[in-house]
Amino acid sequence: MAVIQVAPGRVRNLLQERRPRRGEPLFRALVLAAAAAVLVVIGGLILVITQQSLSGIVHNGGLAFIGGTTWDPVHEIFGALPFLYGTVVTSFTALVLATLIGVGVALFVVELAPQRIAGPVAFMVELLAAIPSVVYGLWGIYVLAPWLREFVETPLHKAFGWLPIFAGTPIGIGFLSAIVVLTIMILPTVAAVSRDVVAAVPASQREAALALGATRWEMMRMGVLPYARSGILGAAILGLARGVGETMAITMVIGNAPVISASLFAQGYTMASVIANEFTEATTEIYRSSLMEIGLLLLIITLLINAAARLLVWRAAGGSSARSVLA
Amino acid sequence: MTSVTDSDSVSTTAQTRVAESQRPEPASAAPGEVASREVTQGVAIDVDHLSAYYDRHRALREITFSVLPNSITAIIGPSGCGKSTLIRCLNRMHEVTPRARVEGTVRLNGDPIYGPGRDPVHIRQRIGMVFQRPNPFPTMSIYDNAVAGLKLAGIRDRKLLDEVAERSLRRAALWDEVKDKLRTPGGSLSGGQQQRLCIARAIAVEPEVVLMDEPASALDPISTLKIEELMDSLRASYTIVIVTHNMQQASRVSNQTAFLTVGDDGAGFLVEFGDTTDIFTNPREQLTEDYISGRFG
Amino acid sequence: MTAATASPVIGPGPMAGRNLGRRRRTDRIMRALLGLAAVLAVVPLLIVLVFVLTQGLAALNLDLLTQLPVPPGQSGGGVAPAVVGTLIMVSLGTLMGTPIAVLAAIYIREYAGGRGASVIRFMIDVLAGVPTIAVGLFAYGLIVVPMSGFSGFAGAIALAIIIVPIVARITDEMLGLVPVSVREAAYALGVPPWKAIVRVVIPASAAGIITGVLLGVARIAGETAPLIFTALGNRTVTTSLDQPMDALPLRIWVYATGPYKSWHDQAWAASLLLVLLVLLFSVLTRFVLARRSRHRR
Repeated sequence: MAVIQVAPGRVRNLLQERRPRRGEPLFRALVLAAAAAVLVVIGGLILVITQQSLSGIVHNGGLAFIGGTTWDPVHEIFGALPFLYGTVVTSFTALVLATLIGVGVALFVVELAPQRIAGPVAFMVELLAAIPSVVYGLWGIYVLAPWLREFVETPLHKAFGWLPIFAGTPIGIGFLSAIVVLTIMILPTVAAVSRDVVAAVPASQREAALALGATRWEMMRMGVLPYARSGILGAAILGLARGVGETMAITMVIGNAPVISASLFAQGYTMASVIANEFTEATTEIYRSSLMEIGLLLLIITLLINAAARLLVWRAAGGSSARSVLA
Repeated sequence: MTSVTDSDSVSTTAQTRVAESQRPEPASAAPGEVASREVTQGVAIDVDHLSAYYDRHRALREITFSVLPNSITAIIGPSGCGKSTLIRCLNRMHEVTPRARVEGTVRLNGDPIYGPGRDPVHIRQRIGMVFQRPNPFPTMSIYDNAVAGLKLAGIRDRKLLDEVAERSLRRAALWDEVKDKLRTPGGSLSGGQQQRLCIARAIAVEPEVVLMDEPASALDPISTLKIEELMDSLRASYTIVIVTHNMQQASRVSNQTAFLTVGDDGAGFLVEFGDTTDIFTNPREQLTEDYISGRFG
Repeated sequence: MTAATASPVIGPGPMAGRNLGRRRRTDRIMRALLGLAAVLAVVPLLIVLVFVLTQGLAALNLDLLTQLPVPPGQSGGGVAPAVVGTLIMVSLGTLMGTPIAVLAAIYIREYAGGRGASVIRFMIDVLAGVPTIAVGLFAYGLIVVPMSGFSGFAGAIALAIIIVPIVARITDEMLGLVPVSVREAAYALGVPPWKAIVRVVIPASAAGIITGVLLGVARIAGETAPLIFTALGNRTVTTSLDQPMDALPLRIWVYATGPYKSWHDQAWAASLLLVLLVLLFSVLTRFVLARRSRHRR
């Protein structure tokens, strides 16, 4: 039975006393500054890289740089085409493969598999994204490339070596290894976003197909895929963006030769790889600036691809999929 | 029975009402529970041509009435008539919704609460609110919830906090049930207890008015009864305005009642306002009569 | 009857028995293919993990963590500079990037209007999509050039830029999981918005935010490209931020692409370390994240 000492009105008076509130405008400014910082960093990124590329841009003939096929640091002739070629070939091929497998996994997880299997499968696909790129590269050099050379490339070369795509003695390191590794690395992105997109298809679509007597596959093809089409496209483009920017694993297995070749077994070079490989060795300012120029090119391409992908995915999956950033 | 528009005559009646309610000792829930006399005063609320908007849509049209100090006023009406919007205008919570705004005047003890230089945060300290679904702070203990208003305002005096916690929890008729587990999370209580905790939290900051938006609608009948008893005991120290869809509750608990309904323009308007007994036994408007007798809503 | 005008894809209708066999076969084949896709997706993970585990364990010993590298070609030695460097740069990058990320997320959720929130969210997506090597180039131009030298600080800055979108996204989501009723309870108590966020909403989402930070840490610990021409690498242990600094991923790259077997072995062992660290964080945090989203009220 406590005797309560608090005089009535005391709390009210105490609260009245604490009137000056300067916290709100300060906090508001702080969060605004943080949000602005994001904009500033992006802007700064573009600005700094552009500024550092300027001497290179001038030296290499502006836009002609994109079509230049020679990369000769010794004679200071720089052209970006071999790297563009390498990036495009590896990324697009990996994209096609990753989309096929990724959408397949997405459909498997959402439509086919019981939760007991679907859960672990989805989880493991996400784990793929957690492994650092350099570890994939290490594995690529000493496990994948030798295996590919012995069990895939050499047989193919023996049988179909007259085809340009299988020409040249395979050594394991080269485009094919790079494509396989890149496929594995962008698979989680495509699969995760596709999964969200497929899961977002309303049940009524599926039920309508099933009610018409469709088989499971027909239901997916008729009821789910058309609805999910633009979202899956967005997932693929997101994967493409990842692939274009992927650096370490590629540079460790692609061979780093600035040549354009039609063969899968040939060594090549990508934009990200050449920067990673040669930047610290670049002795002259023009050399460095040209590498920066490649970086600028890479940045612009990635930004464009990402913007397109985000717009597609946002529309299709009903709001941004946080997972796709984590993958 | 008072007419809606004549605020002058209402305030003189208000003064006599105040005199009446001040004379008896405030009813305590248990003997010997509170040693000091509770004389914190409720204040009068005057609502004058209040209209509320969500973006372009008008939700309330020209509401005018006056609430007497230390009384319980019930706001009743069919779903969607704007009862919650109205009560949220009284403590400036309406404007928290993006693009929501208010026209008209609301006066607390004669001071307008809207206007340039009027700080909504300060107003909300003077007017407490209990929501339909109990919403104790999830990461805080029962004790911390009860004194949250003080702690968040920077009051750190341990002894004061302890006493305010006990006092508020007692007044909310919750003390005996929680006094041994003050440090356990607020979310571990039952729904009815959580709501009483929210009431304790609201009165701990010694507001002048307590608003309740359907405080018992999410609770079981026994908890509802407890809350109604609570309201009755709180009347002595606070002015209380409650929104309820339960007409029996309104007639049991309140001194005055406001009846709102939706007009043809989609906005809620005040049909009738007056003493509860008059509204329920002898209403002036046909609409009121229809609603009371269950012909619509 | 709609079957007659149904899409040609499905054929003359469910009653057409003659197509059923072929359709069933197609269905079975396609389902097998989808299962194959799942296998193709999962098998590489297992293979990589198996190799990292077996090759790494063979070469893993305490010396690896504590010793300095020995002259190339000799056996023995360790990657202590890389371990220390990773710890320092990852910690610093996290410390610098997390506050900005959390504050930006608060801006998006609590302060920005619809347009502002969309813009900043989009920009955070953009930042997330920038290739990490380009972030390294930015840090090079921003810090290495003016400082005329490679440094651990530049590396930390690059990592900070990379962690911001990760933490911001998750914080944004976690803040959204806190019910509006909690904020309203705080406002109704007369708590100013900023205090409501800092003292009520953030604590309520703290676990989720920390999870996001851990996920970000796991991600930047494995990043190589942004460190190549910022931190550069170092064969000695250094804690000075204005000197080149080593990091585990950098060391793995150099050793993996080098000519010496001892280097390759150490690369596997260091990879094992890195993978264990990264996997542990990723697994734990995704697990916690999934549980929290499911508990949304």
